Amino acid sequence: MSIRLHNVAKTFGKPGRQTRALEPVNLDIHDGELVGLLGPSGSGKTTLLRIIAGLESADREPAGRILFGDRDVTQVHVRDRRIGFVFQHYALFRHMTVFDNVAFGLTVLPRKSRPSSGEIRARVLRLLEMVQLEAFASRYPAQLSGGQQQRVSLARALALRPDVLLLDEPFGALDAKVRQELRRWLRHLHDELNFTSVFVTHDQEEALELSDRVVVMSNGRIEQIDAPDTLYRAPANRFVFEFLGDVNHLEGEVRNGVLTCGDARLAVELPDGPEELLLRPHEVRLTEAPNAEAHLPVTVTAISPVGAEVRVELEADWLAKPWLATVRHADFERLELARGQRLFAVPRRWHRFPENRDAATHRTSEAIS
Amino acid sequence: MSTLASLAGSAPKRVLPGFGLSLGISLTFVSLVLLLPLTGLFGQLAGVSLAEYWAIVTDGRVVASYLVTIGAAAVAALANAVFGLLLAWVLVRYDFPGKRLLDALMDLPFALPTAVAGITLATLYSSNGWMGGLLAPLGLEVAYTWVGIALAMAFTSIPFVVRTVQPVLEDMPHEVDEAAMTLGARDGVAFRRVILPHLWPALVTGTGLAFVRSLGEFGAIIFIAGNTPYETEITALMIFVRLQEYDYAGASAIASVVLAVSLLLLLAINVWQGRFVRRLHGGNG
Repeated sequence: MSIRLHNVAKTFGKPGRQTRALEPVNLDIHDGELVGLLGPSGSGKTTLLRIIAGLESADREPAGRILFGDRDVTQVHVRDRRIGFVFQHYALFRHMTVFDNVAFGLTVLPRKSRPSSGEIRARVLRLLEMVQLEAFASRYPAQLSGGQQQRVSLARALALRPDVLLLDEPFGALDAKVRQELRRWLRHLHDELNFTSVFVTHDQEEALELSDRVVVMSNGRIEQIDAPDTLYRAPANRFVFEFLGDVNHLEGEVRNGVLTCGDARLAVELPDGPEELLLRPHEVRLTEAPNAEAHLPVTVTAISPVGAEVRVELEADWLAKPWLATVRHADFERLELARGQRLFAVPRRWHRFPENRDAATHRTSEAIS
Repeated sequence: MSTLASLAGSAPKRVLPGFGLSLGISLTFVSLVLLLPLTGLFGQLAGVSLAEYWAIVTDGRVVASYLVTIGAAAVAALANAVFGLLLAWVLVRYDFPGKRLLDALMDLPFALPTAVAGITLATLYSSNGWMGGLLAPLGLEVAYTWVGIALAMAFTSIPFVVRTVQPVLEDMPHEVDEAAMTLGARDGVAFRRVILPHLWPALVTGTGLAFVRSLGEFGAIIFIAGNTPYETEITALMIFVRLQEYDYAGASAIASVVLAVSLLLLLAINVWQGRFVRRLHGGNG
């Protein structure tokens, strides 16, 4: 079931002391899509999710509309929206067993649409099997680990076969490993059952890994909606670029096609004037000698081998903040990197986001590789 | 059970310091303030034979007072359970002007000398008082009937329910009722199946405390009760009467019955609640 939002806004507080949590937004989520709402805290992502769920009502002015498929649910109460909602802190009913928790939605159905108790039993057990907790049916939530509790809450949300599944930072309270596992598992579940789901997260990695499309938000506005790879390669603006990963800044003055900053020089095809270029850590290459286009002397100040790559911290007089570069282990050994070593940085690629929001430039230096 | 084992000294050295000292002081205090007077009470009974004891505690007038006291206390406790829950709910879940004031008012029955409350209630509800004057044409008599007794009991014991339910309700995350709503539960169903079970232990404890408190209440009731033998005499009054007659043994005998009932009730609530709470905390509460 598709979800469409038109002009949905949210203001909190009494008149006179209001804060806009959500500027008027438009959003189209396709049938069967898994969409992540990504943003820092206070960006309005949870508010947006709760408005979709009906746990929060959108402002009357401007009059927004929320459609599930062709059904206008703007005025529909949360209990009649046919949604499944998963809370960050599980919100399980602690006085009920796992079985009763999952069965709750079915047992509170009006008598005429309620399945027989045998059918409820079969359905709940099937759900518990799906979340791999069939052995825990008679336990109480307090006897389960965080990851297990969140799986119970997922099963509970899916028991009524909702049109859409909404998840509010579903893995936020779990540790890294369980998170990774649950993420993959949710992706499988989504592909298998093919419901439409929207989840909120402040973790870029989670959003990029899990979503079909990511909605990046800040200050109550949607900054960009795109597939993860597009988002990463062609961020629409500086906020998106900076939010999606580590960033190195290079500020300087361009004159005659050369950007200068202290004793650093970089050939760029840009008009004269002050410029700020941004680079990802993996877009910085380290060499022993400068080349014709780039002369960026740096000193290695810290080295930490993390997984598949080595993270190197670089400092220089011309840098306001240290740079971060990631190099492959092979390069690390070839260059015999050590702390205090003087090297030259060569950008493989750089990005530029002038004040004019539409003029983002992403330039790859083909000559050097 | 585990506490008993560690008391026996078999447990390894504890990390938290001060166990011996703090337990020692607590026990001394409990002994001085609670156990010593109680021992005195039973000491008074030493001169009474079993047959005499039985005769005192089953005296017709005294038995009638048990029924009046327990009946009125039960009504008061149940009324307090309902209205105390409502008050706690209003205080926790809603924001309104004067909320702080209402919250502070909740403790007034504790702060007010009970005799003051009793006199106030008696003047208010007597046939020429404000409320009494209003109710008299309707044929309702409050002062000098058991309704008055229940009213005085409810007045003095309502904070027990409010103050036990309130913190539990405050700790209960909103997400839990939101979850019930997203699962399609109507408000009534969500309250009955999700919120009430959460509050149940606190509500039962609060109601139980209110009930036990009402059993022993004297000052507030005595002015409004009318104290007609066999009809509106409470057990505390029977004790008082015995004391005025310098019949200490008789007073102690009746007091021991009240004490036993209260103690048994409190114990039962504690055991039951422990079982319930254990379930919520995964078997190690």
